[in-house]
Amino acid sequence: MRDVAIIGYGQTKFGELWERSFRSLIVEAGVKAVESAGIDGKDIDEMYVGNMSAGLFVGQEHIASLIAEHAGLNPIPSTRVEAACASGSLALRQAVLNVASGASDVVLVGGVEKMTDVVDATSAISSASDQEWEALFGATFPSLYAMMAQRYMYEYGLTLEELSMWSVIMHENGSKNKYAQFPFKVTLEQVLNSSPVAEPLRLLHCSPVSDGAAALIVCEAEKAKEFVNEDDIIYIKASAQASDTIALHSRESITSLKAARVASEKAYKMANIEPKDVDVAEVHDCFAINGLILMEELGFCKKGEAGKAVYDGKIAIDYDGFPAINPSGGLKAAGHALGATGIRQVGEIYWQLKQDKEVKDRQVEIKNGYGITVNVGGTGGTVCVHILSNKK
Amino acid sequence: MVVRSWRHIKERYNLIGVICKNCGTVYFPPREICPKCRRKTKFEEIKLSGRGKVYTYSVVHVAPKDFEKQAPYVIAIIELEEGAKITGQIVDCKPEDVYIGMPVEAVFRRIKEDGDDGVITYGYKFRPIEN
Ligand SMILES: CC(C)(COP(=O)(O)OP(=O)(O)OC[C@H]1O[C@@H](n2cnc3c(N)ncnc32)[C@H](O)[C@@H]1OP(=O)(O)O)[C@@H](O)C(=O)NCCC(=O)NCCS
Ligand SMILES: [Zn+2]
Repeated sequence: MRDVAIIGYGQTKFGELWERSFRSLIVEAGVKAVESAGIDGKDIDEMYVGNMSAGLFVGQEHIASLIAEHAGLNPIPSTRVEAACASGSLALRQAVLNVASGASDVVLVGGVEKMTDVVDATSAISSASDQEWEALFGATFPSLYAMMAQRYMYEYGLTLEELSMWSVIMHENGSKNKYAQFPFKVTLEQVLNSSPVAEPLRLLHCSPVSDGAAALIVCEAEKAKEFVNEDDIIYIKASAQASDTIALHSRESITSLKAARVASEKAYKMANIEPKDVDVAEVHDCFAINGLILMEELGFCKKGEAGKAVYDGKIAIDYDGFPAINPSGGLKAAGHALGATGIRQVGEIYWQLKQDKEVKDRQVEIKNGYGITVNVGGTGGTVCVHILSNKK
Repeated sequence: MVVRSWRHIKERYNLIGVICKNCGTVYFPPREICPKCRRKTKFEEIKLSGRGKVYTYSVVHVAPKDFEKQAPYVIAIIELEEGAKITGQIVDCKPEDVYIGMPVEAVFRRIKEDGDDGVITYGYKFRPIEN
């Protein structure tokens, strides 16, 4: 297998972008990625795009062809990848495998979702859960995660204050991200007093409904030097994926995410590092409880102890001795345009590790040179983990 | 959509699951093979009692269109006596009275006011067992 690197990244703003279409979003992200890598359209051998449900959200399927055409990339192969909210990172994994195998040298990987064209986004999103045995009975996405939170509080004594501190820190970080959907700070009181969505979860524990797109340029590691300075090359040291039951009720435990544990253990082994080597992480906090659970699955703290670590501010950008988590503001504050999220997470780590000017207001101290992302589909039915490094 | 909601009427109306005679695991809803035994699966139908305990729950305030008229309502995962866990609503009590471990039993109710296609969906919900 060949070594694989990232040489460019671009994204749109995330948010309720009424004036923007599905096509215009992904083309904007793709063009920005191509420009930042200093490549030309003709250098691209193949493309992948992560998207959860253009069918339900904008009534359009067969988007791989549509995007290749609108990006001016015909006739290269273009493939859509779908795994609910994990679509983006799965698309990246396909690109990594493609380049590692030698099939292509340069691959464009995008992620996109246009969610605000539908009136009832809650129903459309619920198609990522078990339609026949969860959604049919009135389980919404927030309520599935709320049931995880409720059980977690019961088993480990997590308090609502500890859980809510997650959102305070995410908004603090997001306030320094010009692409974030909610670039403003919130107080603990505001989180605790926000309107109930699915108790115990309130509005400010939830990621929003978002439009947005993000794109990366993935390149064979040697060839990368033809396009960018060696200092600007970030290497993909691991790409790992795991599956679990689609329905939450079929799991042995709902206070852990087994697929996240399996994928991250595999990824650490591939990269030959341990959790303590990680400087910065982007984790999938579609709801605050998932941020906490993923900290535990990634091995940053013991089971049941994430709430305290968050409350003590250990995940903040300037805290020394603990990985900085979600400097972008996470899904909570940066926004969650489903298919785009997995790419956006990796893009943030790419910027952080190369100390890009895009993140100068929220730069994490890079000591060991490793960053990790974890992207979750549904309530944990699909999980994909990537480890990046500034060292080959 | 109509066919999809009719196909499982038997299981949904009567709480019919399957038990794998090879490993003893009870599944609801029924599935094609036992994930633990795969091709050694030996499934038999089993009528579930409908009695169990609340494993976890949430009070839903922001509901999908089909459920808007019911909000706020309680959605829960129930751990049935037979071992399987299932998702359903808890009714006939105040949301604030629900707790983890609460004994409940299944009742036959209307699930949605109005389906995508104007079809009313019936099935199980759960209510507290009086003692
Ligand atoms: C949480 C949620 C239900 C809120 O939706 P809603 O109650 O319809 O809220 P609205 O869209 O009417 O927004 C009301 C206000 O809250 C703001 N808002 C909405 N969601 C917000 C969020 N998550 N955080 C902060 N503010 C939010 C809106 O900007 C709006 O502000 P305004 O009044 O100043 O314009 C919705 O965002 C949601 O479903 N989120 C989860 C998405 C999801 O499940 N994704 C997949 C996860 S894997
Ligand atoms: Zn079996």
